[in-house]
Amino acid sequence: MAVLLLAEVNNGVLSMDATAKAVTASKALGDVTVLCAGASAADAAKEAATIDGAAKVLVAEDPALGHRLAESTADLIVSLAGDYDHIVAPATTDAKNVLPRVAALLDVMMLTDVSGVVDADTFERPIYAGNAIQTVKSGDAKKVVSFRTASFDAAGTGGSAAVETVGGASVSGLSEWVEDKVAESDRPELTSAGIVVSGGRGVGSEDNFALIEKLADKLGAAVGASRAAVDSGFAPNDWQVGQTGKVVAPDLYIAVGISGAIQHLAGMKDSKIIVAINKDEEAPIFQVADYGLVADLFEAVPELTDKL
Amino acid sequence: MKVLVPVKRVIDYNVKVRVKADGSGVDLANVKMSMNPFDEIAVEEAIRLKEAGKAEEVVAVSIGVKQAQETLRTALAMGADRAILVVAADDVHQDIEPLAVAKILAKVVEEEQPGLVLCGKQAIDNDMNATGQMLSAILGWSQATFASEVGIDGDSAVVTREVDGGLQTIKVKMPTVVSVDLRLNEPRYASLPNIMKAKKKPLDEKTAADYGVDVTPRLTVVKTSAPAERAAGEMVGSVDELVAKLKEKGAV
Repeated sequence: MAVLLLAEVNNGVLSMDATAKAVTASKALGDVTVLCAGASAADAAKEAATIDGAAKVLVAEDPALGHRLAESTADLIVSLAGDYDHIVAPATTDAKNVLPRVAALLDVMMLTDVSGVVDADTFERPIYAGNAIQTVKSGDAKKVVSFRTASFDAAGTGGSAAVETVGGASVSGLSEWVEDKVAESDRPELTSAGIVVSGGRGVGSEDNFALIEKLADKLGAAVGASRAAVDSGFAPNDWQVGQTGKVVAPDLYIAVGISGAIQHLAGMKDSKIIVAINKDEEAPIFQVADYGLVADLFEAVPELTDKL
Repeated sequence: MKVLVPVKRVIDYNVKVRVKADGSGVDLANVKMSMNPFDEIAVEEAIRLKEAGKAEEVVAVSIGVKQAQETLRTALAMGADRAILVVAADDVHQDIEPLAVAKILAKVVEEEQPGLVLCGKQAIDNDMNATGQMLSAILGWSQATFASEVGIDGDSAVVTREVDGGLQTIKVKMPTVVSVDLRLNEPRYASLPNIMKAKKKPLDEKTAADYGVDVTPRLTVVKTSAPAERAAGEMVGSVDELVAKLKEKGAV
């Protein structure tokens, strides 16, 4: 059995964490070939070759593959698909954009956000915002799978897989890149951070979010937000933790002024230690918290920032 | 230009989901059902395009059980002009997979010839996030997923997409499939007069067989289980106590 794994490559840079987690998830399925595709992807391929468990690395460089436009990237994967039983990727927005297109072109179903591998045909995945876990068996000849990164540990490095170049992409002409607006930040990435500090509607305003950010910076943590905080304009959408945002599983998750709606819990309940600070003692967040503190966040958060 | 908007009937997003004790699925009997929230955003965007003079007609389509006609009536009450119901299942517990839905939609597109398909990025029941991309692939069209801004300009559309770490803007060739994300707009509520008017708008009923599409699932559900519960934690009385606990655990 052979696996083709689409590595997460953005502007020529490998996202090691997401890719290495998908390698861990794929190991039980067979030999893993990692595909690094992009306008430039050679450096990413070199780095991917060090992931333990990567048997081979393919590199495809072509301007048409830049910015991960779905049409050209999907065509490339389909052209390589013949040799593989599983086509997989970490469940990033890029992979979710590309893989269903690949699946339809191969006339197979998509398996999105898989959180567990039972065997080569059988997978577990959360449905209903993580309120149920479904085990499904695929009858398709090829399986197209995205892996929920929060459910797997990253594979180590130290390997030295061979890197092979494969032919470029066809230019689809269907879409073109215009611009990226990347949030500039020195903080760790939300989905791979060891500690996440999140604020909810209780924080009250965009200015007050500085309290959350200060605590996060003291801890070297990423900043998250509930959907209520994002919808209220207190925080940008790419901070959103939850079913409709990012799914995280850090060692420590600190929820501040977050009530704990089902949709938020779906995005963070796999965190190792959960701390909740909320002035409402009835808030559902306390039911999933390891440590709960009923307090006014405007007093408790600065005090916590001071004492840590 | 005609805009086609696929809508799905799903469990209402405010309803607490309960897994059936026998592990056969989620309990949907006597549960409030509504339009998938992402699809509501797609309907709203289509109506706004019409109001802005960029679209002439908005056609809503739903694939599933017969009861999905309620979902279509909601779309009509919001402002869609007509609706197509494709009955593909008898039992409310039978979910039609995105691949089969995309194949049926491709046939509807052949018939209707829309210039744009606007769909939700995912349904909140199976959370598959696949139908739009699959439809686009089958049609050989361009795609723009997770849209937070859509601008139609002649034979192309400029779409801003919500991606990990920020936003990406792309320009796609029309006709195209756009899947919409949460921040694109805030869907309107249907007014009572519009709900009454919607009852008179045309709603065609078809079956999957009419389109020659086999909806047999490719994935067999082995079991459905409730997620692992977290053990109850403890309440701390002060910040000092919290800091002490976290230090004890080596968390900070």
